[in-house]
Amino acid sequence: MRVDPTTGEAVPLPAAPQGTQGRWKDAAGERLRLFVYVARGSTTTMLAMAMATLFVLVAILGPAILPFDPLASNPQAALQPPSADHWFGTDNLGRDVFSRVLAATRLDLGIAFGAVALSFVFGSLIGALSGYFGGWVDAVFGRLIDVIMAFPLFVLAMGIVAAAGNTVENIVYATAIINLPFYARIVRSEIAIRREAGFVQAARLSGNGDLRIIAVHLFPNVLPPLMVQLSLNLGWAMLNAAGLSFIGLGVRPPTPEWGIMVAEGSNFIISGEWWLALFPGATLMLAVFTFNLLGDGLRDLVDPRQRT
Amino acid sequence: MNDVPLLQIDDLAVTFETRGGKVEAVRNVSFQLKKGEALAIVGESGSGKSVTSYATMRILDRNGTVAGGRITFGGMDLTTASEAAMSDLRGRELSMIFQDPRSALNPIRTVGRQIEDVLLRHSQATRHDMRAKAIEMLRKVKIARPEERYHAYPFELSGGMCQRVVIAIALACDPQLLIADEPTTGLDVTTQKAVMDLADDLRRQSNLSLLLITHDLGLAATYCDRIVVMERGRIVEAAEARTLFAAPRHPYTRRLIAAMPRRSAGLRDLLPPGDTKRAPPTRPAIAAEPLLVVDKLTKTFGPKLGLPGRLFGKSEAPAPAVDRLSFILHRGESLGLVGESGCGKSTTSSMIMRLLDPTAGQIVFHGERIDQIPRARFASSPLRARMQMVFQDHTASLNPRFTARRSIADPILRLGRRRDRRSLDQRVAELAEKVSLPPELLDRFPHQLSGGQKARVGIARAIALSPDLLILDEPTAALDVSVQAVVLNLLADLRAEMGLSYLFISHDLEVVRLLCDRVIVMRAGVMVEEGLTGEVLTHPRADYTRELIDAIPSIEPDSALPNAPVTDDPAAGVPAAPVR
Repeated sequence: MRVDPTTGEAVPLPAAPQGTQGRWKDAAGERLRLFVYVARGSTTTMLAMAMATLFVLVAILGPAILPFDPLASNPQAALQPPSADHWFGTDNLGRDVFSRVLAATRLDLGIAFGAVALSFVFGSLIGALSGYFGGWVDAVFGRLIDVIMAFPLFVLAMGIVAAAGNTVENIVYATAIINLPFYARIVRSEIAIRREAGFVQAARLSGNGDLRIIAVHLFPNVLPPLMVQLSLNLGWAMLNAAGLSFIGLGVRPPTPEWGIMVAEGSNFIISGEWWLALFPGATLMLAVFTFNLLGDGLRDLVDPRQRT
Repeated sequence: MNDVPLLQIDDLAVTFETRGGKVEAVRNVSFQLKKGEALAIVGESGSGKSVTSYATMRILDRNGTVAGGRITFGGMDLTTASEAAMSDLRGRELSMIFQDPRSALNPIRTVGRQIEDVLLRHSQATRHDMRAKAIEMLRKVKIARPEERYHAYPFELSGGMCQRVVIAIALACDPQLLIADEPTTGLDVTTQKAVMDLADDLRRQSNLSLLLITHDLGLAATYCDRIVVMERGRIVEAAEARTLFAAPRHPYTRRLIAAMPRRSAGLRDLLPPGDTKRAPPTRPAIAAEPLLVVDKLTKTFGPKLGLPGRLFGKSEAPAPAVDRLSFILHRGESLGLVGESGCGKSTTSSMIMRLLDPTAGQIVFHGERIDQIPRARFASSPLRARMQMVFQDHTASLNPRFTARRSIADPILRLGRRRDRRSLDQRVAELAEKVSLPPELLDRFPHQLSGGQKARVGIARAIALSPDLLILDEPTAALDVSVQAVVLNLLADLRAEMGLSYLFISHDLEVVRLLCDRVIVMRAGVMVEEGLTGEVLTHPRADYTRELIDAIPSIEPDSALPNAPVTDDPAAGVPAAPVR
């Protein structure tokens, strides 16, 4: 089955805490069975998982499956409507829109996954420390988060990219920074309500130090709500990256990227060449939609209470 | 004489729609309740006793339906009545009080307003006289200074007072039937007695019918005329309270009565008759040298002040939660620490376990001052493995993401020296056997285990490192009596087998009597009395201890000891049922 490794790609982090548990059992088979069980539980989840798999496959295979070179211009074939040769038509330089949309998947998903992974790791770390220790740690991190939240987030991202320079890495960092508060706040509150729980006391009596309690005992219990946040954030991160490119920050033409393609194509809508903007826009929408729908499924996947 | 029953339930069946299909929670339940009568439905968790009462009030969860039978109240069929008719009846004719009074009250409305709400809803008062009536109700449930308390919010009142307010709300419109669903679970015994005595008085005054839902046979015996025993959704026995305890007919009733900790029974008597372990548990020899010495231990929780408060506020020392507590626990001894909520017994155990820093005083364990070891360093101290703890709430004390096996193995991995997988698995299997946990349950998660099984996992984890001292923090408070009986016996056997010392924390003197050699009674952070368990329980020196003992509802004066001198306590003996 191709599904499991692909979701391993789509969900890079939750696999880690499960791994420790996996030592106790036939781990891989158990995970696969759970995966199938969750997927069969709801049509929405199954659909979302299938579409996410498709997106991830396209991103991985990338250049290998393109019918045309996304950068090769061909003035004779400029601005052709969708046809059997060019499924999504061609743009003003005669480049194949379908190839460009496919080629952009790797970049857009890469930015989104990278940004979400960063904000997941650092946000969770900050949240876990403030939730567990409270006191001045909480106060310092809390105010830091408040400062980030005080800006309109998209404007903040624009500012960061504009100041730090127009590179793909900076889009990733900017997107990570504006998403970080959400993780930090969820983890902080979920850990704070559990830090005096019986099982944490018991873990202390078993000789676990504070950091081990946070990482092994508390953090896995926070995963279910985090998964929902994670999948929503993947969608936002994608929109955010496309939005930055749309206004001319970040990725630069001629690199195929959904945001730039929409921006470029928007000039041609009035003259009737709708396909330039529509197809990359619709793909972006579909991708955001897919990752938003994935939330419930991911939550069920990391919640042992679902396994009955 | 009025022979028409107020409430009649015929052949009631309730089913719940769940993921695993339809579940029959209650079937073939029939009983009747006359006007002015008090009836108790007794059973363990999952017996369907609460579901029966919810069906009567028509407040079943959305996935529950009355699948068959009739519930007739004053000639009206409640199963077919319209929702409008039901909401008119609820509160006016049928009232209900719930288990947790604090969550039954709206936290952001004053208690006076909440009583007025009911009065207005059922047109029992107008805007002009509602205040006077609400205060009158508060006075009726014996709340001191009712005019002031009228303005109080629920969080400003104690648990017992909140339950009185709930009773006041329930009785405000002079209903004919009061359903009390575990009304005193979670309250202290003395508070329980006060609340139940009050409810009983009010019931007799206004000729009210009472349907008491409880797991406590003693409570049912003390306050009810007739008792219905339920098991797994069915009624197994229904009888007058006296006859039920004198001559229980059904084996389940017999088992239930036998499992109740009571004065005349030893630890082994609680087990069902077929149980193999009939020999009394041996007690380990109590060594002369002390294992744990606690000297003038004090804990004061300081008020949390921000910077402005620290600069400008007046510092006023709060009362200590534990005040100069001193005691010695010998090796092999079992010491009970008894008191009501807020007496400081849990604070004491947390300090001894070094989960909490003491304000003053000494804790000497194995000859070492452990109060001086910083909390963070104690986690890796070799002494950490020598004392372990069993928690009250077995569900909360197990990590929901750990299997039973992993929970038990955690202390061995952290503090034990075994690291390789085979010897670890072997040790876990050994421990599971010791606490009689079937090995196939080891790979389950806590939510897949029953309460008793979770308790066993918690105990197995606590003894995993073969500690010298085990602190048991109300280990059976959340369990059904039959499970409690088994767990208490298990604890006694483990102690004999492993030579453990116990510090047993409980509010239940009967349970302490079964398991402890010596007992300390605490009140408001101070030790009130200390002595051998038998002596303290039969000849208490302190008034407070006597009060605690008297408040325990008992089934004995009436039945099991027919020759015992009749007590002059009016609450203990139930007068003949007044049939009107």
